[in-house]
Amino acid sequence: NGNMKSPNLQDAASPLMEQLIFFHDHAMLVLILITTLVGFMLSSLLFNSLTNRILLEHQTIETIWTILPAIILIFIALPSLRLLYLLDEVNNPSVTLKAIGRQWYWSYEYSDFTQISFDSYMASSQDISESEFRLLEVDNRSILPMNTQIRALISAGDVIHSWTVPALGVKASTVPGRLNQIKFQINRPGLFYGQCSEVCGANHSFMPIVVESTSIKSFLNWISFNSDN
Amino acid sequence: MSVSIMDSEPKLETAPFDPRFPNQNQTRYCYQSFVDYHRCQKIKGEDYEPCEYFKKVFSSVCPGDWVEKWGEQLENG
Repeated sequence: NGNMKSPNLQDAASPLMEQLIFFHDHAMLVLILITTLVGFMLSSLLFNSLTNRILLEHQTIETIWTILPAIILIFIALPSLRLLYLLDEVNNPSVTLKAIGRQWYWSYEYSDFTQISFDSYMASSQDISESEFRLLEVDNRSILPMNTQIRALISAGDVIHSWTVPALGVKASTVPGRLNQIKFQINRPGLFYGQCSEVCGANHSFMPIVVESTSIKSFLNWISFNSDN
Repeated sequence: MSVSIMDSEPKLETAPFDPRFPNQNQTRYCYQSFVDYHRCQKIKGEDYEPCEYFKKVFSSVCPGDWVEKWGEQLENG
């Protein structure tokens, strides 16, 4: 489901995205706890008619409220670093997808086997059926196999764009003349949507990305079918 | 390595991870493989099979436009 109006992250479709969501939830919990605690202390001080005329200094409490935040920060930093290194792990991709951003559509190339390339334009609102997502559907989706390591190499033909699929936890800028690599793995079949994330002209909001994830066998069939054309 | 559509189905295989290019910017991986393929052919001759490894890599990794453009540049000297 690519069309969510709630302020949530989309459901993960990739193991790395799952980990990102867990970290996000963990950090958010810490923040909520801190905010609640501070808010409580602040309001209880404000609505309080006690006065202390002789308060000068207090070493002990100052030490405590320096050490305690440091400990809280460690609780955030450790999972964060773990995730940072996890995202950088080396893996051996089995499929390479090339996505080239152009004004205002994406070109996809699959050249591991034979040369398959096609363009992916947004489907106009008139051509959409009742059940499809306005401004998110495309005429040709990029098909990828699930449970395989995928390497996406993205670039651009004219101006800077950005290729992203939030459900997979990937986003990177596409720069003309530069080839950026994103690695991911999709762990369930389905349709995953994204939108160009770098302002690129008049139709920047109208060049979505749709990844259709399917079984390895179906993917290979699709490759064979398209290679014959 | 190369696939004949007539007899067998393509396997899931692509250009491997190259530790010379571990980071996000893979522009050099593409360019280097392209250059290495043509140098390999020049030195070893057109029929030398192991040169095909470089061809496989740059076919997978390089955008079609870039390969075309460089091919033209090669032809023009």
